[in-house]
Amino acid sequence: MENIRNFSIIAHIDHGKSTLADRLIQYTGITDARTYKDQILDSMDIERERGITIKSQAIALPYRTKDGKDYTLNLIDTPGHVDFSYEVSRSLASCEGVLLLIDAAQGVQAQTLANLYLAMEHNLEIIPVINKIDLPSADVERVIEQIDTELGLDPDNHLKCSAKEGIGIAEILEAIVARIPPPQGDPSAPLSALIFDAHYDSFRGTVIHCRVFDGTVKSGDIIRFMYNNSVYRVEEVGHFMLSRQKREQLAAGEVGYIIAGVKTVSDVRTGDTITLDNRPCLQPLPGFREVKPVVFASIYPIASDDYQDLADSLEKYKLNDASFIFEKDSSAALGQGFRCGFLGLLHLEIVQERLEREYDLSIILSVPSVRYRFTLKNGIAMEVDNPSHYPDPGAIVSSEEPYIRAAMMLPERYLGAVMKLCMDKRGSNSTLNYPSPGRVELSYEMPLAEVIFDFYDRFKSVTQGYGSFDYDLIDYRPSHLVLVDILVNGEKVDALSQIVHRDRARARALQACERLKEEIPRQMFKIAIQGAIGGEIIARTTISAFRKDVTAKCYGGDISRKRKLLEKQKKGKKRMKMIGSVSIPQSAFLAVLKSDND
Amino acid sequence: MKTPGLYIHIPFCRSKCLYCGFYSSTSLDLVPEFLKALPLEMDLYRSEFSSFDTLYIGGGTPSLLSAGELGAILEATAKRFTISSRAEITLEANPADLTPLSLQAWRRLGINRLNIGVQALDDGALAFLGRRHNRSQALAALQAAGDAGFANVGLDLIYGLPGQKLADWRETLRLALSFSPAHLSCYQLTVEAGTPLSRLLARGEIQLPNGEALADLFFTTAAELEKAGYIHYEVSNFARNKDLLSRHNQKYWDHTAYLGLGPAAHSFHGQRRWWNHGDLGAYLGDLGKGVPPRAAEEKLTRDDLCLETLFLGLRTKKGVNLRDYLRCYDRDLLSEKSEPIALLEKKGLVMIKNGCLRPTLAGLAVADSLALI
Repeated sequence: MENIRNFSIIAHIDHGKSTLADRLIQYTGITDARTYKDQILDSMDIERERGITIKSQAIALPYRTKDGKDYTLNLIDTPGHVDFSYEVSRSLASCEGVLLLIDAAQGVQAQTLANLYLAMEHNLEIIPVINKIDLPSADVERVIEQIDTELGLDPDNHLKCSAKEGIGIAEILEAIVARIPPPQGDPSAPLSALIFDAHYDSFRGTVIHCRVFDGTVKSGDIIRFMYNNSVYRVEEVGHFMLSRQKREQLAAGEVGYIIAGVKTVSDVRTGDTITLDNRPCLQPLPGFREVKPVVFASIYPIASDDYQDLADSLEKYKLNDASFIFEKDSSAALGQGFRCGFLGLLHLEIVQERLEREYDLSIILSVPSVRYRFTLKNGIAMEVDNPSHYPDPGAIVSSEEPYIRAAMMLPERYLGAVMKLCMDKRGSNSTLNYPSPGRVELSYEMPLAEVIFDFYDRFKSVTQGYGSFDYDLIDYRPSHLVLVDILVNGEKVDALSQIVHRDRARARALQACERLKEEIPRQMFKIAIQGAIGGEIIARTTISAFRKDVTAKCYGGDISRKRKLLEKQKKGKKRMKMIGSVSIPQSAFLAVLKSDND
Repeated sequence: MKTPGLYIHIPFCRSKCLYCGFYSSTSLDLVPEFLKALPLEMDLYRSEFSSFDTLYIGGGTPSLLSAGELGAILEATAKRFTISSRAEITLEANPADLTPLSLQAWRRLGINRLNIGVQALDDGALAFLGRRHNRSQALAALQAAGDAGFANVGLDLIYGLPGQKLADWRETLRLALSFSPAHLSCYQLTVEAGTPLSRLLARGEIQLPNGEALADLFFTTAAELEKAGYIHYEVSNFARNKDLLSRHNQKYWDHTAYLGLGPAAHSFHGQRRWWNHGDLGAYLGDLGKGVPPRAAEEKLTRDDLCLETLFLGLRTKKGVNLRDYLRCYDRDLLSEKSEPIALLEKKGLVMIKNGCLRPTLAGLAVADSLALI
């Protein structure tokens, strides 16, 4: 255990996290750069494009210090978005220290701060590392000052490097050994291991990523998941290196994997504790949360022939995403599809992109919704997350919506703007706290529905990226709800319907009409868009028809080019859904929720 | 099988116009070399083509060739192919090149149709477009063509110029109509990539009329010319009576074969399309080596041909012949696309008449979208 160090790299986006990780891996010699790229970095391209990581990848690096001692440095990568903040916290909980990476040219940025706060919450040893010192615009002195004034850390304890050029890597590795404390734990105590991620391997089944705190685990052991007491027999344990390396056992302080005949990733809960069935530990490790989907939307194939392909792809996708749920659904406007649950809007967008890119599907998503509760006259209580299942208004006795408590951390200068934003979102019961000069801790209770859609983006915008935001579900509270329907050329499009708070209904209907007018391209016929509650039209816009689109000339030399252009347009049309006589692009459904100041 | 048409591209101009995307060179010293190469290209196609019933000499500016040079081209053509006795032989001419002498010479050569690139009848517009002639030259040319006894004279006009008002355009049309031309082509100003016009637009130095104004111009043109008794037989083309349609151009729209000679010229035969280099040097170079001066070739699939039949047919008044479509492609368009067609019929954009799917005037204006059904 003395010779183990568990750490993570945290940084603002594009400050060089991946490059540094590459260098550390290369330097410790377990692979050359090309093989590593081919094997690991090539996966998850959607993630790389968005600059986020969804899966926590861990890798064990063997390192020999200058004075000849051997160590195992476990690098645990972390996902980076509020939708996945729980996963981030579990990855950090598995570490003893972090490298806080700062771009020498850009200096301390919003996420640098946000990530620092997170690391401090977990009491991790923090090593500031100034990266990209090779850049001509690098201003190392300024960053050192920022480490002092903006981060409140000891500026003398920083390191410098250029991950790209491979400078300063040895010093970083030495510092990891010297400054990050070794893990504490008792290998002979009852097993207590934290699950920080899991993925599905088509040959071996579910692979559990874990950090062992106490005890040991080896092949043949019967383990127990403490969240639901399910038991499994361990087939194999080992370390993550370039590929999985089998080991005799995993002991206290180590990071690695367990394969135990667990069928799907949905059987595993991030943050859960693994213990031995015949000698369980007394308490699960702290911080466990049941992660539940909170936003729901339906997915339909644009071409009904693709239904089976969509079904198959959803099954395949689910193998690696425990927090994604789905079941059959159908819509009058869009046909047969699936009702899906997501952790948040980013999660939804990632799933959408993944389905389109990896499985090459053309899909439409309905307008997303949270889950509401209704009590009807006949005494029945129902949960509704699909607007098309909205009960008969005449039968409703009470309606409730989910509330959250938002915990926000931001520099004081943005306090006014953020409070206004929260009030706009029907926030109440706020608390204010000043943990250190210039920094504010603010909490508000808000309806989940107001927060789920564009709150995070607007919050980031008014705090210029410096604010951090997290939330917890609290309870369901009474709320006056109505169903806003959208009609296109007189036809109700059920996939565009929304359940909205009464006070917001008119504005939301108008907003939906405006967004649709922007998103739906002009067509050969006029398009009337109306927002309605019950039978009453409360908002309307019109998209006029275009009267001329034909090109002036079409002689011998124009035909080939024109044909290719039309073929391209035909392909584009395939990505739109025909509702009656109107072609509606996929983007229209999600855009309906975006508010004006985006 | 309809008789193929022959197109010959004369790739020379005295100056380049603002908007023109056709290939031409201003190095007139290369004319002799081009004239020597052209028959060599003809030779390469003697086995594939034998006779034509239309010959269209376009460009560039074909009228800057001397009568002798034009004669040599026609002679070389007649030596290698059969030009039917009642062939339509069209020469594109610049108004500044129309003199009584040249007109006489052209008639003697057997040219029986003229297409005059008038483009505008307003000096300001003509200057903007970069044309070599002015309004009075244009009017004089139209007069001279009639005087020289050409029965089949067509002219090109462009609308949708920056700042052009509907009333101005109506005036232009009326003036053109006063010559009772056999044929009128009225084109919306189109921005082609790489032209000076496109650069002007990109730099924000000019502003083109908006979609509504352009639609108005199109429908006004159609109304004015229909009122004057012209047949609106294709999106931009009008004929005084049914015998005065451009027989050559119609081949483009009904999948008749055609051979294109000269740089940048396009051909269509069987199920293949091919086109020549859009560069005189490359054209001459290949022919010097005895090689067809082709830039590219494509083999069309059945789906390609179906789409072409649709978008080409919907540009024309007579539309897409449904029986022919069925025979050609083994596809029943009416039943395959019954819903979209029914909707378009309901909205007054198409009609089914005499076994043809035909665009109405409103449909003609959106023919490109119609073809997407």
